[in-house]
Amino acid sequence: MFIQGNEACARGAIKAGCRFFAGYPITPSTEVAEELARILPNYGGSFVQMEDEIAALGAIIGASWSGLKVMTSTSGPGFSLMQENIGYGQITETPLVIINVQRGSPSTGQPTMAAQGDMMQARWGSHGDYEPIALSPSSVQECFDFTIKAFNLSEKYRVPVIILTDEIIGHMREKITIPDEVKVTKREMPQEKPEDFLPFKADENGTSPMVPFGEGYNIHVTGLTHDERGYPDTSSPKAHSKLVKRLCNKVLNNRESIVSVEEEFCDDADIILISYGAPYRSVSAVVKKGRSEGINLGSLKINTPWPFPESQVLKAAEKAKDLVVVEMNLGQMVHEVESVARDKANIHLISKIGGELHKVEDILSKIREL
Amino acid sequence: MSNDKVTTQRSENPFMKYLRKDRLPHIFCAGCGNGTALNTFFRGMEAAKIDFDNIAMVSGIGCSSRIPGYVKCDSLHTAHGRAISFATGLKMGNPNLDVVVFTGDGDAAAIGGNHLIHAARRNINLTVICINNNIYGMTGGQISPTSPKGSFGSTAPYGSIDKPFDLAELVVAAGGSYVSRWTAIHGLQLANSIKKALNNNGFSFVEVVSQCPTYFGRRNKLRTPVEMIKAFKENSIVKKKADKMDQEELIGKIIVGEFVNNPRPEFSENICKLSEEKCGKVQLVKSAYLNEF
Repeated sequence: MFIQGNEACARGAIKAGCRFFAGYPITPSTEVAEELARILPNYGGSFVQMEDEIAALGAIIGASWSGLKVMTSTSGPGFSLMQENIGYGQITETPLVIINVQRGSPSTGQPTMAAQGDMMQARWGSHGDYEPIALSPSSVQECFDFTIKAFNLSEKYRVPVIILTDEIIGHMREKITIPDEVKVTKREMPQEKPEDFLPFKADENGTSPMVPFGEGYNIHVTGLTHDERGYPDTSSPKAHSKLVKRLCNKVLNNRESIVSVEEEFCDDADIILISYGAPYRSVSAVVKKGRSEGINLGSLKINTPWPFPESQVLKAAEKAKDLVVVEMNLGQMVHEVESVARDKANIHLISKIGGELHKVEDILSKIREL
Repeated sequence: MSNDKVTTQRSENPFMKYLRKDRLPHIFCAGCGNGTALNTFFRGMEAAKIDFDNIAMVSGIGCSSRIPGYVKCDSLHTAHGRAISFATGLKMGNPNLDVVVFTGDGDAAAIGGNHLIHAARRNINLTVICINNNIYGMTGGQISPTSPKGSFGSTAPYGSIDKPFDLAELVVAAGGSYVSRWTAIHGLQLANSIKKALNNNGFSFVEVVSQCPTYFGRRNKLRTPVEMIKAFKENSIVKKKADKMDQEELIGKIIVGEFVNNPRPEFSENICKLSEEKCGKVQLVKSAYLNEF
């Protein structure tokens, strides 16, 4: 199948079991909504165009509690509007997927040009302490595969999961393979009877089964700090600390099973290029060209910017003298690399903004200067 | 009963069975109209022959939005102003549920105004009970979009200077298919309106003009609940009568009654129909729990 990255996200969502999409048109993400408006009814699902992105996220959270897998898509300005409800999704442990097709920013910025400027907003754009999961595809196939993975992670950990793609990957067309069968994580009902079930009781690192509305469990879901029954408990320091730490730990303590990186030629590399999303396409070419010129380059491709793959980056720093972060912003993930690896390797940033991908020769000439 | 003995035993309120007793006492101030609103809701619900077990409640932020937390049903206490958007998703995801939204004037008409008018436009089958006390109670008495011109609040120390929203008329204009307004003194009429709202297959909006003696009354020379109730009684004018009066005569009056009862095609049904046309099957509910679709 020869399709666009945005369409591949839509197809991946259907394959993962998404049956509800609420969204608001915004360049360069609109094709995700358009494709789902067209195909969701064919699968017994529903599509709603909402009045704004705040409503879009509200609607998918409501639909998630009705018992459906849900998604929305947007770009920078809409992602900003969604932030409050992302926090609501975090504290209420609501599975949902957000596709953010990043564009030049801040503000209205460059609607039709690519960027990776929302990496930090994806991490802590909503108020308060929480740990997000975010995936960053660098090809159309990965748009499809990562969307399925996003749904599975979202169901497993009961968290909002964000796909951080961009205008280049979203609008690019490539041939992809759609497998007949994919591994899909479904929701489980609790073993307990309604009167015995505590909807927010979980071990320190975990979460509990999610019961949909209408099953007689009489669940109270609130954005307030709540106890195991879901009842507000807003002035107890202990209750707040217990809840927020559990929510963070269910991601942080499972970091190694959530993170995904791909190494190429790292074992004998003197310089390792770290990238995620669209710039990986340039980096991949740079590594091959560099090696043909006798420069021992390696590549560490980050598929999951959040939670940050700390041990994998540290390992790269132990192998190579220099780590070069290539990203389409003025330096966001480079700070994470620095905090993990600054004692082990020299860290450099090759940044580019304006909407165009890094040129292979531009990266190589900077590497030759190291 | 003999004169020297005072009976303290009272029979339990018949609607107590619908409440989460383990969450009582509630947080509402003495004299608040929220209790009346919930009481008339249950009366309307029973009159409408709606199965309580099929009700799901959604609310935003504010005093009135705390109501669903005390009701023994599935409830979603959401972000400020956003209740109707969450309710839209919940209803779309499971059209079998009777979805009821409890909201207030600040929640529904200020921060959530956009969701209110769009849900009315879509005519999605939600029953919105908007408890309008003309003030932000939870945050301590700031003026709201429905505060009467000249009324005082902590953010209007010299009196509110702009024109308030007429919420019932706003929802009529936006396309709501059942709209009514009563005050907290109109128990019977309110219960009857709530019954009609629950039975209306479309967007229903019941505005309950309610007293907040703590914050509105105190700053507006209506210090006690009784004074506020009296003011409602003196100033309420039934819509049919109000329609024959001119604007000057209506200053300071509360127009009560049914504003519209005009059923039209409902949104979630239309979406389900689309599904049926496209794939020959009705929309799947709770599909996240299925192995196969």
